[in-house]
Amino acid sequence: MVEGKAILDIRDLHVWFRVYEGLSKVLDGVSLHVQEGERVGLVGETGCGKTVAMKAAMGILKSPPAQFPQGEVLLAGHDVLTMTPSEILKMKGRTISMIFQDPLSSLNPVFTVGQQMFDVIRYGRRRASDDGRLTKAKLRKTAVEELTSVRLPDPERILKLYPLELSGGMRQRALIAMALVNRPRLLVADEPGTALDVTIQAQILALLKALVNEAGIAVLLITHDLGVVREMAERVYIMYAGQIAGEGPVAEIFDDPKHPYTQGLLSSVPRLTGEVLAEGIPGTVPDYTEAPSGCRFHPRCPYAMDQCVNQKPPMVELSAKRHVACYLYSGGGNE
Amino acid sequence: MRFSYFLLRRLLHTVLVLFGLSILIFIIARTLPGDPARLALGPFAAKEQLEKLRHTMGMDKPLPLQYWTYITGIFRGDFGLSFQTRRNVALDIAHYLPATVELVLISILWVLILGVPLGVMAARYKDRWPDNLVRVIAFVGVAVPPFVVGLILQLIFSYLLGVIPTTGRLGLMTSPPVRHTGLLILDSLIDGNFSALGDALLHIILPSFAIAMTGIGQIARLTRGSMSDVASQDYIEASRGFGIPNRIVAFKYMLKPAFIPPLTILGLTFASELSNAFLVETVFAWPGMAKYGIRAILRKDFNAVMGVVLIIGLAFVVVNLIVDILAGYVDPRIRKRQEEE
Amino acid sequence: MMSSNQRVAPTPEETRWAAFKDRLGRGWYKFRRNRISLVGGAMVLLFVFLASFAHYVTPYPHHAGAYTDFINAFQPPSTAHWFGTDSLGADVLTRIIFGSQISFMLAGVVLGISVPFGVFLGLLSGYIGGKTETVIMRITDIFLALPALVMALAICAAFTPSIDKAMLAVASIWWTWHCRLVNGITRSIKTEEFVQASQVLGASHLRIIFKDILPNCASPIIVKITLDAGFVILVGAGLSFLGLGAQPPAEDLGTMISIGSKYLPERWWMTVFPSLAIFFIILGFNLLGDGLRDALAVEEGV
Repeated sequence: MVEGKAILDIRDLHVWFRVYEGLSKVLDGVSLHVQEGERVGLVGETGCGKTVAMKAAMGILKSPPAQFPQGEVLLAGHDVLTMTPSEILKMKGRTISMIFQDPLSSLNPVFTVGQQMFDVIRYGRRRASDDGRLTKAKLRKTAVEELTSVRLPDPERILKLYPLELSGGMRQRALIAMALVNRPRLLVADEPGTALDVTIQAQILALLKALVNEAGIAVLLITHDLGVVREMAERVYIMYAGQIAGEGPVAEIFDDPKHPYTQGLLSSVPRLTGEVLAEGIPGTVPDYTEAPSGCRFHPRCPYAMDQCVNQKPPMVELSAKRHVACYLYSGGGNE
Repeated sequence: MRFSYFLLRRLLHTVLVLFGLSILIFIIARTLPGDPARLALGPFAAKEQLEKLRHTMGMDKPLPLQYWTYITGIFRGDFGLSFQTRRNVALDIAHYLPATVELVLISILWVLILGVPLGVMAARYKDRWPDNLVRVIAFVGVAVPPFVVGLILQLIFSYLLGVIPTTGRLGLMTSPPVRHTGLLILDSLIDGNFSALGDALLHIILPSFAIAMTGIGQIARLTRGSMSDVASQDYIEASRGFGIPNRIVAFKYMLKPAFIPPLTILGLTFASELSNAFLVETVFAWPGMAKYGIRAILRKDFNAVMGVVLIIGLAFVVVNLIVDILAGYVDPRIRKRQEEE
Repeated sequence: MMSSNQRVAPTPEETRWAAFKDRLGRGWYKFRRNRISLVGGAMVLLFVFLASFAHYVTPYPHHAGAYTDFINAFQPPSTAHWFGTDSLGADVLTRIIFGSQISFMLAGVVLGISVPFGVFLGLLSGYIGGKTETVIMRITDIFLALPALVMALAICAAFTPSIDKAMLAVASIWWTWHCRLVNGITRSIKTEEFVQASQVLGASHLRIIFKDILPNCASPIIVKITLDAGFVILVGAGLSFLGLGAQPPAEDLGTMISIGSKYLPERWWMTVFPSLAIFFIILGFNLLGDGLRDALAVEEGV
């Protein structure tokens, strides 16, 4: 395997949901891992199940609708799926933290930034409790420090403001501050900055990158935006319809995509130069109550073969860092 | 800064509305058919007596002048003379108002104590039997006329079971407390007169509950809806994600936003309580504004009617104002909207 | 040979009609699925039917109105008189059904007057804005300065108690709710792009109001009318109970309860049955209105 310890290790995870129409088998054997301090991307189009995978990692999938027939989700070595709610709670904020897509809806509108932040610090207890007693002054000091580190001007004033009194960019920074203040070992970021203007998003992402690098925090970046992944991640997983299509270093995947889906994905990006219009991928994301058998991409794949329909392709190792789940490559590489 | 500007504008608006109301009711009361003087003095009164009464009441003067005299009198505390009691309506109101105030206050207490927890419970056990039970209660509460509730309660507890007295504020045998505020419960406490306290409570329990039924239904329903809305919000998931314990999330971060919709309709709830009070007071022979007001209406005692209307109007707009300010204080989104208007 | 695959593009009228039918069908489907609203609808239909054909469905239609038969007064419920007889000897069941006629008439008249009036003013004030809107809204504020029942009482003060004056009083207040509702919707829609598009295309104001704005008000108005019916009946019964609405012998349910309450607890049937009747009528409208609100996807607070 790879050096370093895996802070997040999802092994062969299957997640099903009982819905009105039947059983929605969203995740079909997803495996991914994030090492300490690594920045990993999880890329896929809307509806591919990446949010479900992320929520499973966080331990926030509600169990009656969700079922876990197979697989493990190991967070710092402990299986989230078998932990009690209070054990999961202990992990939140300190081991794992997350940032949602829309900073406005992620902040409680009737409490000030300060009030929410203080509670996060108070219950995370990672930093301020170094010498025991948590005083108001210490809370404030920690909060201000963190807000400063996310480059928010006049943090004292921000603490007294309500979320809607801040601009989108400021809210996102405040949210990042809240997510990082307890120095989690893993940060899960769900489409960070998509709700913002592109220029602001770029600033925020650069900031995030700097912060996590400095503090040695691992990041799992969930997005459909290939540009974001290119900027932020070192390693990336490509996901389609609840299955991992491939994995590898960002530059390699982008320059030389192997999986037919990845190829289609990259060719869908409109280019500013060049002649050809962006092609899409014909077809649509499948309905999870009647998902395609075998490799779920086969109905849309130009290279589909019989075995693609019968059985899900195993992960083939193309190199030490590069894997792809496709029968096209079963012959090559290490068997 | 901006908030006090908003406050000022609301106050001004309130005053204007009250003026408009007074004009409206004044016109209705004074220009329409029916001869109050005759009604007051009876069918056998002599012409001179009627004329004299009309003159005393200022009815022979032109209408705008009458209005002006009336309004300026209000500011001096002179609400005009009641045809029935021949004294300043203000005194009449001071006499009858506390009974209604006490009743409405206790009713609001019922609404908060029963309505909110029922709503929270319904949201907690959404779609299971407590939720359905609360929904039934809410529907019934809103659909039953308050006087029917009052009568049924009277039937069961007073007549059938005999545990609660039928009418009035205090039993004939109980020695009443000294009238400090007019609120029996308060006055009894001040005096240390516990037998009166107990008796007053016993008398108030049925009518206040009858009045509260509508409000309980409304608030329970709304609380349930807003609790379940809030529970599914992103920011609740986010706060859990940051490690805040569930207990804190539930009691602090969910409750506060969930209380806002019920808070904003408190004004409406108060309105329905006032209306209901008029009906329920009649059922329980409660010596309050309803008794006075309805008698005034039937006897065409228009000064009394004006007085009652103005006081209730005042109470209503003041309560609305307080509720709006409170809502703005709790929810910055509302405050922003208020400032923008 | 003409291929059956060839289709002429639908005209705008056809698409709009198809969309409307689709919405209607969908709304009906949602409505049907909600058992509560079906129950409410059935109740309302039943009561309206009974009231409309009172003459034919009641056991003693001649007992309605002025009728005295003191020998049979105060009879408890029996097979001859399911709900007993009242102080004048009339059959309570019959009088309840005839009394409900008055309640429905009240609702019909009040809403029939106040809704068009209120909607019209609401559209006007919302669309024109400016001083007109301010004036209209201030007037509604004045009428809303008192709770509905109290205001109706105050207006009734001017007249001798009777049912038509009560109807007038309630109607004169009720338009304000619809005015406010429609005003709010108009204001928020006014700035939407499709309205601006119509304006740019040169549509007359009247056309915009009727084609663009009014349809958006339709659902909330329908829901509100249904819920209002119950509430108007409630207020009407309250007025009657206090002696200001329907006067004997043309009693409505409120009057019956008021008279019956004097004979509690011995002659309980005179109070209990009219109370149940009015409760179920109002409940029916509330359930129906609630179901409609769900089916037509209107928010709460209407």
